[in-house]
Amino acid sequence: MNLRPSDTEQLNAWKRVIIPDDRDLYKIDHYLAHGGYKALKKALEMKPEEVIDEVKRSNLRGRGGACFPTGLKWSFMPKNFDKPKYLCVNGDESEPGTFKDRQIFEYNPHLLIEGTLIACYAMGITTAYIYIRGEYGKWIKMLQKAIDDAYANGLVGEKILGTEFSTQVYIHRGAGAYICGEESSLMNSIEGERGYPRVKPPFPAQVGLWGCPTTINNVETISNIPVIISYGWEWYSKIGTAKHPGPILVGVSGHVNNPGVFEMPTGEPLLEIIYKRAGGVPGDKGIKAVIPGGSSTMILRGDQLEGIRMDAESLKTAGSSVGTAGIIVMDEDTDLIQVITRIAEFYYRESCGQCTPCREGTDWMFKILKRFQRYEAKKEDIDLLLDVANNIEGNTICALGDAAAWPVQSMIRNFRDEFEQRVQTSRFQEIVL
Amino acid sequence: MLSESNLNKVEQLRKRYPTSQALVLPVLWMVQEQEGYISEDSMKYVAALLHIPFGHILGVVSFYTMLQKNRIGKHHIEVCTNISCMLRGSVKILEHIEQRLGITVGETSPDKKWTLSEAECMGSCGTAPMLAIGDEYYENLTLEKIDKLIDNLK
Ligand SMILES: Cc1cc2nc3c(=O)[nH]c(=O)nc-3n(C[C@H](O)[C@H](O)[C@H](O)COP(=O)(O)O)c2cc1C
Ligand code: FES
Repeated sequence: MNLRPSDTEQLNAWKRVIIPDDRDLYKIDHYLAHGGYKALKKALEMKPEEVIDEVKRSNLRGRGGACFPTGLKWSFMPKNFDKPKYLCVNGDESEPGTFKDRQIFEYNPHLLIEGTLIACYAMGITTAYIYIRGEYGKWIKMLQKAIDDAYANGLVGEKILGTEFSTQVYIHRGAGAYICGEESSLMNSIEGERGYPRVKPPFPAQVGLWGCPTTINNVETISNIPVIISYGWEWYSKIGTAKHPGPILVGVSGHVNNPGVFEMPTGEPLLEIIYKRAGGVPGDKGIKAVIPGGSSTMILRGDQLEGIRMDAESLKTAGSSVGTAGIIVMDEDTDLIQVITRIAEFYYRESCGQCTPCREGTDWMFKILKRFQRYEAKKEDIDLLLDVANNIEGNTICALGDAAAWPVQSMIRNFRDEFEQRVQTSRFQEIVL
Repeated sequence: MLSESNLNKVEQLRKRYPTSQALVLPVLWMVQEQEGYISEDSMKYVAALLHIPFGHILGVVSFYTMLQKNRIGKHHIEVCTNISCMLRGSVKILEHIEQRLGITVGETSPDKKWTLSEAECMGSCGTAPMLAIGDEYYENLTLEKIDKLIDNLK
């Protein structure tokens, strides 16, 4: 943590703190020489509850998809507990359209480690597991190297920085399962079970890993912690929008000239992100649709993007959500039936099969959509599809069911005409009564 | 079955977790890295090593897509066909690889050199289209890049 961001509210003047320009921060000497682990030192001089308070007041909200207030989550953890408590850092990053946590592993791994240590100190935790998707073998090695370096420098392990505080940090490698990003399935996966989600309540802060109190936070969420401690909650809470403040890593992919991950204060206009940061649409084509926060979020119409900003409140008002802030842009020539069929296929494949509505429903949605794709659908199939989606939503143990239903529901709501067109050109049109 | 150095690693890993069942995934990874896949005999071996029922190990291996129950090709090409990659041409990429290798998705070439799979989003959407071979990612793919890649691996 070195670069003091400028205080200006000028969006483009944002001086990045999560992924700064400096490409040598992954080297521990360099990180230390530029103020690294100073936030940890500062935190260790505070009382644990003061650290939690700082995070609470900063208004940091989770970057893993649900925007849950981080300080509040931490405060659910029991104090003065005689059993172990655990922290799981969620680096499963499998939501289609999301590729931001990977940047942290690669370019600023010590920021993540520093945040992990501060979180452990604040909640009285002595073991943290960083769960990383199995496909990220290369990034696991990078982060492991950084962790090894931190151990060698007395920053992780026993009696950190000469204090009484000790914490171990381990990486746990996943093996290809989207569902393991869901927090309770992630814990089952660490325990050596299949990655089935658990019924809540009890919530992880009461009954988590091995039945012990556990907090699960996203990689980016944890990487914001040293920033908050360094600069204070007051400064942090003024970055971006008041209800969902801070720097946010926004990924832009699909039909844009300059795709990538961009760090910015929350609340930047969606259109500005697409046109200024991501370079606009190739061939100057129009935008047909945008998925704002990873494939689970409600799809938006390209002609209704004016005024929408990249923060929890604005996207909620627009009928979607910020999710993992993975924006997917689709130009005017995109076949949306193909898009939604592929999305439905993903949820069908990744449903863990535990709950009937999700297991059967995702299969049905995929089947019906394939009929549309093959021009074999009937008019009634539109409402049938919607009916299936509505019957999954809210009826499953975890939110994968909702995540599967939302894209389908929003696609029908916003682009019913596309479905109707497929019906009109359907090969079975003649036999439809 | 596990090499001496891997067995030492297992002992180190035991210190990280309060139960031996938690070692299932890390040890299965070790087996796969050593053997290339996880045979039924290997599963029995892991079961005995960790004092876990064989059925549990089988359940875990079946659950996770990256754990291979069968011997696959030397080079496992996984092409992402999820949405961001699809929007940037993954369908063509996949067709081209099928043509070049003479196998279709899900197949292994008779000489056991190649296995071709379709994959879900691998977190490379900003550098789409992409494919992975083992831990290595190949991004911003073009047909020319694929030709070069296949020629180099041949
Ligand atoms: C199906 C599903 C997949 C998820 N995948 C991820 C993921 O890959 N990474 C992540 O951080 N959170 C993921 N989540 C959200 C987690 O359950 C959890 O809310 C999050 O890790 C909490 O961290 P935060 O409060 O810092 O956002 C997923 C949720 C669901 C329902
Ligand atoms: S969609 Fe292909 S890597 Fe994300």
